[in-house]
Amino acid sequence: MTAPATAPRRSAFGRWGGLAVAALAWAVLYQANLPFWTWLLGDVIGVDLHSRAGDSALFFVYDTTKIVLLLAGIIFLVTILRSFMSVERTRALLGGRREGVGNAAAAGLGVVTPFCSCSAVPAFIGFVAAGVPLGVTLSFLIASPLVNEVAVVMLYGLFGWQIALLYVMAGLVIATGAGYVLGRLHLEAWVEPFVFETRLHGKLIDPAQGLTWDDRIEMGREEVVTIVRKIWPYLLVGIGLGAVIHGWMPADWFATHANGPLGVPIAVGIGVPLYSNAAGVAPLVEALHDKGLPMGTVLAFMMSVVALSLPEMILLRRVLKPRLIGTYVAVVATSIVAIGYLFNLIL
Amino acid sequence: MDVKILGSGCRNCQNLEANTAQALHELGIDAAIDHVTDEVEIIGYGVMSTPALVIDDEVVVSGRVPGSDQLRALIDARGPA
Repeated sequence: MTAPATAPRRSAFGRWGGLAVAALAWAVLYQANLPFWTWLLGDVIGVDLHSRAGDSALFFVYDTTKIVLLLAGIIFLVTILRSFMSVERTRALLGGRREGVGNAAAAGLGVVTPFCSCSAVPAFIGFVAAGVPLGVTLSFLIASPLVNEVAVVMLYGLFGWQIALLYVMAGLVIATGAGYVLGRLHLEAWVEPFVFETRLHGKLIDPAQGLTWDDRIEMGREEVVTIVRKIWPYLLVGIGLGAVIHGWMPADWFATHANGPLGVPIAVGIGVPLYSNAAGVAPLVEALHDKGLPMGTVLAFMMSVVALSLPEMILLRRVLKPRLIGTYVAVVATSIVAIGYLFNLIL
Repeated sequence: MDVKILGSGCRNCQNLEANTAQALHELGIDAAIDHVTDEVEIIGYGVMSTPALVIDDEVVVSGRVPGSDQLRALIDARGPA
């Protein structure tokens, strides 16, 4: 039998008391962010906060702090919630599901299931070997990186909850639609044959089983450390570039120079090969929007960076033939372009 | 003791290997850590969430990277090999 990785036991008081103290500390830091940096830069260091450089500097440190705090808090909560789900449970839920409804279910589950793109290949084999249709499996694989908590938190922090919600809805629609179209194209011949020959012997290990609250809290803490460690260079570069654009680019530059009908496909064309993550792209996107680039164009750009990445395509090459990978990229990119145009029309 | 890390070699797999190596070292267990990168073999262990840690053909950790102290407790609890 599998013994779950059990964290050292703590008393209930120690566990929930510790969490309450952490939550309080978080709230105090969040409230103190702007006054602290204004005081440190303005009063202690003596920077003129009304100058262009001073304003950029304050914007940079304030925004970085705010976003790191938001990310830490939300990743912690989301990881604890997600610890009740697993790829194995998702697979069981999707098994035997028809296309259409199955695509929508897979997109939704792609958002709530804890999933690292490094497990894309074993998950793909596991899904397909269990009889989950190819298009439904792809809906899951599209939604998982596209609608991730880092992207949602970044958009919430920079644009507000309406845009964050819009992004989530758009991501679900793209994952459902693109997966459905890919399923209809009947591309099974372009999946490496060994995938269909793989037999799952024995029971699948469900990592969500037998976890205690201490384990879940520990997992939340681990995930915060892992993700913040992974994304901080992207975040700093993104916010730095954003601050430069904010401070030095003329207002409405895009409105006058780049407002043609090809804005969305050009943005997606640049975004697809670009390898970054939501933490790096969102601050850049916010600054570009501030200078007049339309919302649909910037969201499409962000989605194309986040949804399609070369490392994941290289991993998927183990199970998908190049022609299927090419079709996958083309269908997802086209869906993102369509959503970008739609948003530019209605927003 | 037969110790294997299942995973494609991503960052998390390396972290899990480092933490496992440290836990083994602290326990004074001299065991080599093997790697299983072949996805069909990984699925053969019933694992869909990598990285995973397999000790003596039993999946001990899947889909997460526990710290070395947790891994130490986990390996210790299994008793002498």
